[in-house]
Amino acid sequence: MKNMRVLFLLLPALVIMFLIAVVPLITVFNYSLLDLFAGTFAEPVGWQNYVSTLRDPAFMSSIKKQFLFTFIVILIEIPLGIGLAFTLPKQKTSWSVIALILLGIPLLIPWNVVGIMWRVFTRPDVGLLPVIMSKLGVVYNPAVNGGQAWWTMVAMDVWHWTPLVILLSYAGLNSIPQEFYQAAKIDAASIWSTFRYITLPKLKYVLVIGLLLRVMDSFKMYDETFLLTAGGPGNATELLSIYTAKAARGSNYGFSSAVSLVYLFIVIVLCFILYKTVMSIGEASK
Amino acid sequence: MKSNFLKYLVLVIYLSLLLIPIYWMLNISLKPNLETQTKITYIPETLTFESYGKIFGSNQWRLTFLQTFAYVLLNVGIVMLVSIPAAYAFSRHDFWAKNHLFFWLLTNRMAPGAAFALPIFILFSELRLTDNVLGVSLAHCMFNVPLAIWILEGFMSSIPKQIDETAFIDGYGFLGFFRKIFLPLIAPGLGVTAFFSFMFSWVELLLSTTLTSVKVKPIAATLSISLSAAGWDWGVIAAAGVLTMIPGAIVIYFVRDYMVKGFSLGRV
Repeated sequence: MKNMRVLFLLLPALVIMFLIAVVPLITVFNYSLLDLFAGTFAEPVGWQNYVSTLRDPAFMSSIKKQFLFTFIVILIEIPLGIGLAFTLPKQKTSWSVIALILLGIPLLIPWNVVGIMWRVFTRPDVGLLPVIMSKLGVVYNPAVNGGQAWWTMVAMDVWHWTPLVILLSYAGLNSIPQEFYQAAKIDAASIWSTFRYITLPKLKYVLVIGLLLRVMDSFKMYDETFLLTAGGPGNATELLSIYTAKAARGSNYGFSSAVSLVYLFIVIVLCFILYKTVMSIGEASK
Repeated sequence: MKSNFLKYLVLVIYLSLLLIPIYWMLNISLKPNLETQTKITYIPETLTFESYGKIFGSNQWRLTFLQTFAYVLLNVGIVMLVSIPAAYAFSRHDFWAKNHLFFWLLTNRMAPGAAFALPIFILFSELRLTDNVLGVSLAHCMFNVPLAIWILEGFMSSIPKQIDETAFIDGYGFLGFFRKIFLPLIAPGLGVTAFFSFMFSWVELLLSTTLTSVKVKPIAATLSISLSAAGWDWGVIAAAGVLTMIPGAIVIYFVRDYMVKGFSLGRV
């Protein structure tokens, strides 16, 4: 009886997810084992497509770029976000409401618009950033300089997602009772040890969630990078999703399906580890 | 006191930096293209709403905005309808493979659209769901249903189970309890979930452009016409960018207190 109710409650969601997630996944897996060129002829080739994927230097290089990118943005966004969360006033005032709303804006701008905005902002012909840079004596042109394109992409991501870390940390900080800090003051604890033994443990849970979300979204980020650099110049900013979308536009369906699955596999393994951590910390803090 | 002042200063500097790129886009949308291309002006010398006029005056743009609203709202409707019962099951019942199922749902939220665009396109072609509004709204369920179930489960689990039990003892039937007691209790959660489904469907570019061609054109597709045409129409691109920000900017005011909960998938 109870099980019937559970099934009844879950069924609509499961049917939809089956149709748009499971069926395509099976199709992709099926394709990945075929030599399938623009749907014209299909010949089973076993794991050959996976071998070519893993042997493709462009694929391996996009994986390296992806890991490096994710690592860099997390390294910047998490400390910056925690630091800035301390600057938000704890009491609810009209100033803190305004600050919170302003912080929310980058998170709620459509992702393709983020890409367009940064493109407009950094283009040498109409952008503001090149003007500022040239006043500082730097020739800035991300359209031709791969390194600059890379750091522009990092800056865009930091601009876009640091507010998320701030908001999460702010929520975590607000959940710490004021008495803890008073007690620490009475014990004459240093600023560092107060942070280390009171603030950080409480922040741990929200930070792991932040980490999970940032890993997840930086790995699937497509719209922003595509509109900012489209992977260029050359393939300097060709992250995994850009590489995969490029492969999918080619007509080699078998190969691009194998690429998609390797990509998915990497993301799922990474997120599974983080998910386990989130859940175990979540249980412990209950 | 001094440290407080420093805090304000840091925050104000940060928020100003945050607003600069947005301001630049707004700036470009309000001046003629000639001015944009020939000189750098921090405030438009010739203030004009011409670019906005071009958008509102164009049938293609009007149709695009209407169609986008249509598939986004349809998506929110479907998502809420299937996610509320599912989230209730996750929050209140124990069942076989529950945690695995919960994680599997999340994997669809992480699944890169780039990996799924082609198979979904092939499947939807056979179901005659390409190039129509329903198709796009169904495809967006792929990431919005898991997201909604996660957020709603977070909100529902913060309501004590005793409330359900008391209501049943008081003689409420399941549906009556759900409508009269439970849904009002999680009203903020419903708002946040609807808001995030709206947002993520509104911002999605890859699947919606893959699944549409002639009859339906998402904002991203119409925008890329102005992008790829000979000579970029900077004003129109910037104005369209500004316009797409408006729905989010309006709704953010209403969900501000629950925003964090939504962004953390209901976990904070």
